[in-house]
Amino acid sequence: MPTENLLSIKDLVLHFNTQKGPVQAVDGVFFDLGYKEAVVVLGESGCGKSSLAKALLRLLPRNVSKYGGQVYLEGNEIMGMDEEQFRQNIRWVRMSLVPQAAMNSLNPVLKVGDQVAEPMIVHHGVKKEEAYNQAAKMFQHVGVPVDFLDRYAFELSGGMRQRVAIAMALVTAPALVILDEPTSALDVLTQANIFNVLKRLKKELEVSFVLITHDIATSSELADRVAVMYAGQIVEVSDAHRFFSEPLHPYSRMLMASVPRLRANVEPEFITGQPPSLLNPPKGCRFASRCPKRFAKCTEEPPVANVDGIQVKCWLYTS
Amino acid sequence: MTNTNLQEQKDLLVVRNLKKYFPVRSGLLQRTSAWVQAVDNVSFTVKRGETLGMVGESGCGKTTIGRTVLRLVEPTSGEVSFEGRDIIKMGQRDLKPLRRDMQIIFQDPYASLNPRMPIGESVMEGLHIHNIGQPKERWEVAIKMLKKVGLEEYHARRYPHEFSGGQRQRIGIARALALNPKFIVCDEPVSALDVSIQSQVLNILKDLQDEFGLTFLFIAHNLSVVEHISDRVAVMYLGKMVELADRDALYREPLHPYTQALLSAIPIPHPNIKRERTILKGDVPSPLNPPKGCRFHTRCPIAIDQCSQVEPEFREARPGHWVACWKVE
Ligand SMILES: Nc1ncnc2c1ncn2[C@@H]1O[C@H](COP(=O)(O)OP(=O)(O)O)[C@@H](O)[C@H]1O
Ligand code: SF4
Ligand SMILES: [Mg+2]
Repeated sequence: MPTENLLSIKDLVLHFNTQKGPVQAVDGVFFDLGYKEAVVVLGESGCGKSSLAKALLRLLPRNVSKYGGQVYLEGNEIMGMDEEQFRQNIRWVRMSLVPQAAMNSLNPVLKVGDQVAEPMIVHHGVKKEEAYNQAAKMFQHVGVPVDFLDRYAFELSGGMRQRVAIAMALVTAPALVILDEPTSALDVLTQANIFNVLKRLKKELEVSFVLITHDIATSSELADRVAVMYAGQIVEVSDAHRFFSEPLHPYSRMLMASVPRLRANVEPEFITGQPPSLLNPPKGCRFASRCPKRFAKCTEEPPVANVDGIQVKCWLYTS
Repeated sequence: MTNTNLQEQKDLLVVRNLKKYFPVRSGLLQRTSAWVQAVDNVSFTVKRGETLGMVGESGCGKTTIGRTVLRLVEPTSGEVSFEGRDIIKMGQRDLKPLRRDMQIIFQDPYASLNPRMPIGESVMEGLHIHNIGQPKERWEVAIKMLKKVGLEEYHARRYPHEFSGGQRQRIGIARALALNPKFIVCDEPVSALDVSIQSQVLNILKDLQDEFGLTFLFIAHNLSVVEHISDRVAVMYLGKMVELADRDALYREPLHPYTQALLSAIPIPHPNIKRERTILKGDVPSPLNPPKGCRFHTRCPIAIDQCSQVEPEFREARPGHWVACWKVE
């Protein structure tokens, strides 16, 4: 296995059982991420982003019907590990998560300092005092005044609570932090602040991020790489610079064109229709019903083409 | 025609010194212990046929203004007149016919549609309440309105859960339109939608505005959303209006430092623009205990002594360009 990548995901699958049949929430996801890099997983609501985060951390609900694929973290395949190994060495130790809406799920009756210190005590078995010192250090990194350690969540603003949630994920010094929509519930100014914090953390702590979001504009600030998700699948993986200059997949292009830009003469566009149901996704390209470039081939599943290092799942790019 | 009459022709809605304080109750006896100054002394007009965009961070009073001007919320004080008539002093009986003319579209279309009612019935419900037409005619109006927002006749018999978020928002628009209103408060109608369908909903609103001569108060939390749809834009901070101007003036030459910060905080999807977005110190203070003087002074990068002492007046600093800031000439 090549070890130059911190993370390498191959054909990750997570399906859920429902009364109507299996939901293919994650269906063949792949991408790589280097050390000290951030990859943005871009996709719209319901495309499977949160399920991807759960699949990576093995935080699975009971109704899983299919779960498989390979995930290499720091050179080790982690999908094959047994639960005990995974719990002791991976989850919250080398890889942690800031769940969607984390800032609203802090424990209301515990001081936030205790909550941030807790993972150190549970997963690293350190003494309470040492854990507290480590928590204080993390507060400084994320820009929360240290005297806030003794406060309760309700005494903090939304932006401060989100910083606490990020500190909690960082306190065990993992190599990889997955952030699920970390700023979508926040106002623009607070969003900008959190992104400045994340940019600083990436430099100071040598940590890598998987940033899951539907917000293209904000994501461009932190991204080194971009993975676009549509209906449970990855349709484009690119480096950020090339992606934000000129995305290749028709879905990526239309998504980019729908972002309103300030003082622009062009009006934003929109994509007609809606994504297919993940219960019974179409056989061919999942974007076909909304794609302006669709042609005869598109009724078959497109392969992943490699265009100068950019991976695109679209028939237009197969030669 | 007299001058006031002319002005009434132009201004559909006039809001003067509007205040809304919500009581905060505490203790066993639930005595009022403090007041949240949700809207404090706000004045503006909405001209016939225009879209006034209203922007500010959550909790700054936008939604309260939207509901007060429709009298869904009673103001603490101030005047709201619609077509020259003071709607705050009006009794419920006089208000009822006016309710037809003034409608609202909510942020969360799902919560605002009855889940057990086919959407066609939700759309015609207002006609029923106002006793307009026979059931068959009402149903026809509902179908006509659904078609206006890009849905089909067969959709009318389906239930809300069968629709996507964007479709539900369009149903909300059809329902607001069914009563043939003059004025619609659009309270963050696209904030909950994926960006790829937002401008579809905005385009529908614009087309309907042209077709029916509608006037909009369009509330949003982000300046980028309202730019294309607004004729004029107002910016709110902590219960106060801090700036109001023609769209182009506001985006090209924002005068208030808060507006400037909001504009600079808007992210741009671009590979080379990894700029530090302007950060304001701290968080928005609590509306329970707003700062003295200019409410923005605790976070303002250019504040002077005076700002923490005396509240700046909301004044017309350039023709048609209103601002409340001591540092603006
Ligand atoms: N535990 C579950 N059981 C059944 N379906 C689920 C479950 N969790 C998520 N889903 C479905 O999987 C799809 C992807 O959901 P999610 O991963 O939350 O998407 P996103 O985070 O991109 O909005 C959706 O159709 C959702 O309803
Ligand atoms: S495979 Fe066909 S339908 Fe799918 S994105 Fe490419 S051109 Fe469009
Ligand atoms: Mg999600």
